Amino acid sequence: MHGRIRTWGPGALVLLPTVLLLGYFVYGLIAWSFNTSLTNRHTARKGPADYVGFENYGHLFGEERFINSLKNLGVLTVAFIVGTLIFGLLWALLLEKGVPGESIFRSVYLFPMAISMIASGVVWGWLLNPSQGEDARGLNRLFEILHLNFLENPWWTAGSRWTTMASIALPAVWQLSGYIMALFLAGFRGIPPELREAARVDGASEFKLYRHVLFPQLSPIALSALIILGHMSLKLFDLIYAITGPNQFRTEVPSVYMWNTLLRSDQAKAAAIAIVLLAVVAVLVIPYIAYTVRQENEE
Amino acid sequence: MSAETAAATGQAAAAISRKPQKRGVIADGSTRRSRTVRYILLLFFLLFVLTPVYVVVITSFKTSGDTTAASQWNLPKEWTLEPWRKAWDVLQPYMIRSLSLAIPAAIISSLIGSANGFVLARWRFPGANIVFAFILFGMFIPYQAVMLPLRTTFTELDVTRGVPTLILAHCIYGLPICTLIFRNYYATIVPNEIIESARVDGAGLIQTYLRIILPISISGFVVTLIWQFTSVWNDFLFALFLTQQNNGPVTLGLAALAGGQKVDYAASMAGALITSFPTLLVYILLGRWFIGGLMAGALKG
Repeated sequence: MHGRIRTWGPGALVLLPTVLLLGYFVYGLIAWSFNTSLTNRHTARKGPADYVGFENYGHLFGEERFINSLKNLGVLTVAFIVGTLIFGLLWALLLEKGVPGESIFRSVYLFPMAISMIASGVVWGWLLNPSQGEDARGLNRLFEILHLNFLENPWWTAGSRWTTMASIALPAVWQLSGYIMALFLAGFRGIPPELREAARVDGASEFKLYRHVLFPQLSPIALSALIILGHMSLKLFDLIYAITGPNQFRTEVPSVYMWNTLLRSDQAKAAAIAIVLLAVVAVLVIPYIAYTVRQENEE
Repeated sequence: MSAETAAATGQAAAAISRKPQKRGVIADGSTRRSRTVRYILLLFFLLFVLTPVYVVVITSFKTSGDTTAASQWNLPKEWTLEPWRKAWDVLQPYMIRSLSLAIPAAIISSLIGSANGFVLARWRFPGANIVFAFILFGMFIPYQAVMLPLRTTFTELDVTRGVPTLILAHCIYGLPICTLIFRNYYATIVPNEIIESARVDGAGLIQTYLRIILPISISGFVVTLIWQFTSVWNDFLFALFLTQQNNGPVTLGLAALAGGQKVDYAASMAGALITSFPTLLVYILLGRWFIGGLMAGALKG
């Protein structure tokens, strides 16, 4: 027994500081936030507050503004994931067999990922100018020049929730499609060439080759991509802040609403919003982590 | 999500750049026409991705009278560096703060991540998987859920506002990803047998790490350093919650430059380019490793 501890003891010791740090700064602070969300600390003042149970959550879910932010988030997430997966997969498909100048295409498609969401938001906020016709600016002006006037639209400033949030998703798709392309491209290149050869020898058409041989091999990557994109979208904050400014009901999502609530010093409500957001992310991520870790155990 | 895919940072990056083996045209399954169509599509998407870049670059060289709606997509009538000068004057102190924050934060979390990753991959102890899952979760949380008490904690610990606060925050919240990258990296490149034989020879953990692991960790470090540098440089959330204009990083400076009532478009665009320059430079010079970090970001890549 003593000998065994001597062999693994030092390893556990190396991890101890990290575990303690994350124990406090992740789990401890989440518990703290949750605790705040159960109180009536609706001002900046310090000192004791009274517990009100889940009252703040009750208020939130009965509030039009919060429900609006949740709906916006849902639409944004769908638009973002679908858009990014389409472009990412398409680019990977176009590149996977290898074309002259492939590395140039790859680098250009991927480069927006290196840029901060704030910088990209500043640029896209300006490209998504709602003016049309004579006064058109940004992309609308480009559509004027290209005689594609029918494409002109007020972007996020008017129209349905779908068009509004799709306008917000557009820059995010621009930034992250290259990432998804890289994931899928690595997946395609990781498939043993023998599999393709065998399918072709069996006379499978290109379509069938992809449908029945290659795509099934990519499903683990597609799952990763889905989780990554999903949790990014749920947390999206910088881009919206930079494009529309924080105080826009039309594009408000919970992460932005939390910031706005905090500006009014309503700590309990801000904490409640943050905890709801965390719960949504956790539902997505915890099964994924459990699945991954368990799978590795089996190997 | 097997060990092979998991593996790897460097390896996944290598997998992308690996050219498919040359085969006959027929075996490739594509005709000349389909290749032409493919090329046209690729070029079209290239334009799609680069369009914002074009308009940002030309606008950043325009005089203030030249940024009207009608001429927005035209080349500058008169090229000027004035917007760049103006943006630089505003952003310079922020740039210096961001540099002095991103570099140490990247180094510290990479060092700790390397030690953690080694233990989790090759010096395992009972329950190591649970510890790994415990660490990983920290990577996915929306930081809003910790932000308020974090601010209070830093105030109570009396951490100096500004750069020191952000270094501390990024080091702590960067631990999960750095640990993950190194764990996958060591699981791929270090054969178990080497560690076993070192152990048989009586080498302890520290000796094994310093003599065997550290010398082969360079590409792992390049990946985590780039990853951390980029995410710290691009961070806005921590900056917004924990710092102010007079002590905040470059994202905060850009938001201020491009926000407000009377926005100078040319200067904003120059500012967006200036603040993106360091990460773009890293991307251009070290793109391969940048992709490695991205892959690890997908847990198993």
